[in-house]
Amino acid sequence: MAQVLLDHVTKRFADGVVALDDLSLEIADGEFLILVGPSGCGKTTALRLVAGLERPSSGTITIGDRVVNDVTPRDRDIAMVFQNYALYPHMTAYQNLAFGLKERKTPKPEIERRVREASAILGLDELLKRRPAQLSGGQRQRVAMGRALVREPAAFLLDEPLSNLDAKLRVQMRAELKRIHQRLGITTIYVTHDQVEAMTLGDRIVVMSNGRVQQIGAPQDVYRSPENLFVAGFIGSPPMNLLRGKSTDGSLVVGDLSLPWSASTPAEVAVGMRPEDLAPANGSGPSLAFTVDVVEPLGSEVVVHGTVPGTAVESGAEEEGAEIPIPVSGARAPLTAIFDPADEPRPGDTVNLAVSPARLHLFDLRTGLAIDR
Amino acid sequence: MSEIETLELANRADATGWPSREEEPPKHRFLFSGWHLVLIPIAVVMVIPLVWMLVTSLQTLEETRHYPPTLVPTSLQFSNYTDVLQQAPFARWFVNTLIVTVVVVIGNLLFCSLAGYAFARIRFFGRGVVFIAILATLMVPFQVVIIPTFLIVRGFGLIDTLGALMLPNLVSAFGIFMLRQFFLTLPIELEEAARIDGASRLGILFKIVLPLSGPALATLAVIMFLWTWNDFLWPLITIYSESHMTLQLGLATFQGAHQTNTNLLMAANVMSMIPVLLLFFFAQRYFIRGIATTGLKG
Repeated sequence: MAQVLLDHVTKRFADGVVALDDLSLEIADGEFLILVGPSGCGKTTALRLVAGLERPSSGTITIGDRVVNDVTPRDRDIAMVFQNYALYPHMTAYQNLAFGLKERKTPKPEIERRVREASAILGLDELLKRRPAQLSGGQRQRVAMGRALVREPAAFLLDEPLSNLDAKLRVQMRAELKRIHQRLGITTIYVTHDQVEAMTLGDRIVVMSNGRVQQIGAPQDVYRSPENLFVAGFIGSPPMNLLRGKSTDGSLVVGDLSLPWSASTPAEVAVGMRPEDLAPANGSGPSLAFTVDVVEPLGSEVVVHGTVPGTAVESGAEEEGAEIPIPVSGARAPLTAIFDPADEPRPGDTVNLAVSPARLHLFDLRTGLAIDR
Repeated sequence: MSEIETLELANRADATGWPSREEEPPKHRFLFSGWHLVLIPIAVVMVIPLVWMLVTSLQTLEETRHYPPTLVPTSLQFSNYTDVLQQAPFARWFVNTLIVTVVVVIGNLLFCSLAGYAFARIRFFGRGVVFIAILATLMVPFQVVIIPTFLIVRGFGLIDTLGALMLPNLVSAFGIFMLRQFFLTLPIELEEAARIDGASRLGILFKIVLPLSGPALATLAVIMFLWTWNDFLWPLITIYSESHMTLQLGLATFQGAHQTNTNLLMAANVMSMIPVLLLFFFAQRYFIRGIATTGLKG
């Protein structure tokens, strides 16, 4: 086990693309760290640099007490699980697990012991004689995990290990990964674009965009206080609503809503509202007139998409083609709210949404940075 | 096809890499189609020379001179075959050809794998230029390089030995190209996983890449076998002792020495063709696919 340090690491590819720009990270011994961000943000490159599959253009990478910039993947004492598992198709599950140990000239009884141990942890006993072609997706995933486990490495590197599983298996394997980490306490770097995985698995998450770190912190902290517009728009599902706001002396105006405002803020701000912080207003108080367009009942809650008066702000984290296609006309902005099932509205309804000033997130429109209050 | 799908394919397919034959729906097999009107006449044209050869090899000398030629022998002269074996060092030629062919096939599998893998996966200075240069040699007719090759082989002191037939053919540009193309279709994650698992470059090649390249290796082996077995021009130039001749060369001299004995010549031809026919019979799927094999990816 070991800590992993990345110190001002930059990776520039031959074609001039800068995949990682001055990344510094400190991963404590035994920590479960998540690298999360949209595709192309550099998270996988960061992982491959730690694995030694790519060489940094500048900066140093340290595993344990050793600078590993010039150390081959073989000698870095790390194990990696690939997105598509990369199981050797011509070997049985047992041979897949044993391959790395054999290559390191581990004595046979020791190989046997370690494979049995990993197979017991992952429930692979029945599958050891099968080839990858004879395994289901979830079973292959377990074998891939097992191949990493048997090595008893200083650090695990996991590259979107659950993204090829169906939804149900993913939930199950997620819990299993957490259990394995709690049991073995091996330093783990986990790359994902799935924020549920990021929120549930990690001790800390690193939100990345365009090769740069946007924010590092415990999942709840990142969720509660995003440091900039990108993080605000990326973390949270459905994402935070972001509307243009104007602060004049004594009040904050968002669309047709005016809130008493005492703090000193820049004149032009982005106002962020988490969908779950919005609920139908009961009684007086400031409220937003929300016209309902689409209602998605999920059982325990209802996701409501619609529009409010105002102007939307782009966070830069929007995934292309992933927005809810709410028709927006005139001076209206799309908005998503999560209601209690008891409050389920119907499409076309207009609901007054209560807005609690304490729950708002404010960002400077010029810099994109969060405004402390 | 995305990388994930490719890997899925690789993970799904068995060790041979080919989808199993059962996947073809058998119900279509015996249905008549319009194509048969074209294919059957072509098949007949292709088969007639073989049948004629076989028939002639069983005829008496008189019958072979009959005009128009008969395609049905009146008596089966199996003694033609024993006569051939007695009149010429046929067994010797057969063994020579076998030695040369086996060594050339093994050499190609080994050296073309090594070179093909280097061109597919190792980044080195001048890789593109060297690869194109090797490809370009495919376009140079053999006749153009006969003399330089002869001089080089003579420099090694190999003229009139089996070594002259083996050395220049141990590696082929075609094999390098074909294997490189195949290696490129294997998911690179497998090799990265093996690198992290601790395998060396050669370890990756021999333990991961080659075991997954069965179809490509089989194809290369079959093609090189046929090329070498049937090669005539190069042995003609480099070999002159009867005891070092290959079958093709020996049969040609046989033709000269026994010009009138067409039946014996055909008997010898039949025997020399047996290994090729056997190979084609058992490995034809590799041979046929070999032409298009450069992409498993599809």
